[in-house]
Amino acid sequence: MLADQDRIFTNLYGFQDASLKGAMSRGAWDGTKLLIEQGHDWIINEIKSSGLRGRGGAGFPTGLKWSFMPKADSRPSYLVINADESEPGSCKDREILRHDPHLLIEGALLASFAMRAHTCYVYVRGEYIREREAFQRAVDEAYAAKLIGKNNVHGWDFDLYVHHGAGAYICGEETALLESLEGKKGQPRLKPPFPANVGLYGAPTTINNVESIAVVPDILRRGATWFAQIGKPNNTGTKLFQISGHVEKPCVVEEEMGIPLRELIERHAGGVRGGWDNLLAVIPGGSSVPCVPAGQCQDLTMDFDALMKVKSGLGTAALIVMDKSTDIVRAIARISYFYKHESCGQCTPCREGTGWMWRVLERMAEGRAEKREIDLLFDVTKQVEGHTICALGDAAAWPVQGLIRHFRPEIEARIDSYHAAHREAAE
Amino acid sequence: MAVRRLHPDQPASFALTAENLAWAEATIAKYPAGKQASAVIPILWRVQEQIGGWVTEPSLRVVADLLGMAYIRVYEIATFYTMFQLGPIGSKAHVQVCGTTPCMLRGSKDLIAVCKHRIAEDPFHLSDDGAFSWEEVECLGSCANAPMIEVGKDTYEDLTAAKLDELLDAFAAGRTPKPGSQTGRTASCPEGGPTTLTDAALYDGSRIGAWTKRLHLVASNDAPVSAASTPQPAPAPATAALAQPAAQPFVHPAALAAMANAGLVKDLEARGSKPMSSDELARMRDMNRFNGPLGYGAATAEPAPAKPALLSAPRGGKGDDLGLIWGVADKLAARMNELGVWHFDQIAAWAPAEVAWFENEMPGFKGRIVRDKWIEQCVKLASGWRPDGSVGERPKE
Repeated sequence: MLADQDRIFTNLYGFQDASLKGAMSRGAWDGTKLLIEQGHDWIINEIKSSGLRGRGGAGFPTGLKWSFMPKADSRPSYLVINADESEPGSCKDREILRHDPHLLIEGALLASFAMRAHTCYVYVRGEYIREREAFQRAVDEAYAAKLIGKNNVHGWDFDLYVHHGAGAYICGEETALLESLEGKKGQPRLKPPFPANVGLYGAPTTINNVESIAVVPDILRRGATWFAQIGKPNNTGTKLFQISGHVEKPCVVEEEMGIPLRELIERHAGGVRGGWDNLLAVIPGGSSVPCVPAGQCQDLTMDFDALMKVKSGLGTAALIVMDKSTDIVRAIARISYFYKHESCGQCTPCREGTGWMWRVLERMAEGRAEKREIDLLFDVTKQVEGHTICALGDAAAWPVQGLIRHFRPEIEARIDSYHAAHREAAE
Repeated sequence: MAVRRLHPDQPASFALTAENLAWAEATIAKYPAGKQASAVIPILWRVQEQIGGWVTEPSLRVVADLLGMAYIRVYEIATFYTMFQLGPIGSKAHVQVCGTTPCMLRGSKDLIAVCKHRIAEDPFHLSDDGAFSWEEVECLGSCANAPMIEVGKDTYEDLTAAKLDELLDAFAAGRTPKPGSQTGRTASCPEGGPTTLTDAALYDGSRIGAWTKRLHLVASNDAPVSAASTPQPAPAPATAALAQPAAQPFVHPAALAAMANAGLVKDLEARGSKPMSSDELARMRDMNRFNGPLGYGAATAEPAPAKPALLSAPRGGKGDDLGLIWGVADKLAARMNELGVWHFDQIAAWAPAEVAWFENEMPGFKGRIVRDKWIEQCVKLASGWRPDGSVGERPKE
């Protein structure tokens, strides 16, 4: 287990004072100027060496992403922080925004300085109203204390603005977020050009997740080596895990990357409801990753590479636990409904495919289907996956593929019993 | 996709209050000049609050005129973003029930049954007294506190059907119940108390300032400030992290990437003609894999091209024989010289963005540098190693 001294989010649950004074007593804004004095490239190199991989789902190396920003450009550079946390199962950025906001603000300053940006927008999802208010209060405090703003004490002019959405999951996709921030419908852009070249208002832009930015000040203070030694090779550092579903005590907790799944559930979440043997399956990384059946969970670790090996993913480390009472077909059908609802409608395979998949799954949940339709459904998921501008099509296809891969006998049994019941009725 | 249309009955007009107009001006000032359209969502949100929970057709026109946008663009915003209500909602409470899987697993269906029973059979319909309405929404991001609802600005978490009944009673009586978890736990802390963050030393201020020694040491050693090349007196993690073999300290691939980008040329010079060990090469290969497509979910991040450091003439008057790179022949070598690439160490130091730049300069070339492992080849070549033949040695798979 991670020692408390190695935890970054020391006010995760809000037991402490979230104000500037409280945050400073826990080490926020400590020597920020000294870090800035080390230079732009030093910061980027430290983050690269720390092995920090983006915490928003894709796991792209954060330092590397920063190094794509042009060093000299006549256009302004922007940092945009993605606080549009909407992936079912994810509820970690919320805790940062309302309980440890100063880590995020300080991280935003350091990241912007590293990328030579003077302006940062934080895009908070529309539903997080109290969280946004709490974060805005922290921003106001930082302005008042001259920690950020024009002519601040750190010698790097920096403005941070809080922006918000209004209930569209797709705005968590980085280019859709930019469109939304520009005052349009959140429909993803074709890439290239990538945001590092043509981003917000056509200027170089980097988009990072809240957690990726909020861990930056601690990495710089304690050193890349400290961060890189926690966790597993290529999956370094600490991570906020969110445990929901059929556990005794659902919670959010900071742990090291690569913690065994079973330890995570039993140590922090009080175990699976009805005991470990009552586990049916988990969705390890938020709704968009395929489920993993209990048989593969025994020795599974929670990191990007181990979960990829079982054809799933770490995503946002949002662990949804399902015990044996779960109607797994309905659970996945509900996820399909979510993607049907949240598709932006721009690409045909996704707009039509998500609704089609949901309707078929709803029938399969009742058993009102033919067995050959299972293969047809799998085939359609393959036609959606990879054929859309953004990854929402993939995200809609993967859970269905996971269901068919691991629970095909369950679907078939349901179809059999439905047909048996209705044959009798017809006779 | 949610198909949403404006309400059939619309009021005749709308005007922003003076206070909201001032607020709107301040919001517009957050965005660069000429980019006032960025403020459309926050302003429309304010308008919705002013009207009492929904946006009317005249209000959309007012916002469009204020921001210099075409009417259709603001209609699109109002219909695309589902938090903009397009019809009247309950005067006392509009209950948004999260019905997505994490909440569904913990009983959101029961909450919806309560809404159907107490408010109206269908979502977006007003209760008989006009005080309540409800809808099923997609994930509200409080999954560790499922099931939950949002009313107005507040969330009510860890609910049961009985607790929702009580909440609705309170709203009906004109009270605003205490938001947050309804079981008494704090935020997303596990029920019964935290399993972490119990070390008092986190909160006694002992962490402040202690770390600065690390940077001062680096500065006084007058060593290049590079994480990869400077041994750092960083505090070992207190956790017994997954142990690395002690004899061979783990060098993170990203550290090697940083080295390749920043200090590799220098390191290679210091190394002289000593070839790289197979171990170092293996790590280099890791680095390449690290910089390459990550496979899962990383398809969105391809580097934007960046111009690498180029030379107008070879150092010391004589360039390296670039033909020794497997896959490079005379014509290609000449073209590389034209662009300003003369030495193996130049190529060895390319970052992915610089590889992308080079590939842009060479039509029909895309993907070859990675496929033929130029970087790996050039690292070897720059370290003094030479292949047997004059066309180079095919890199191993």
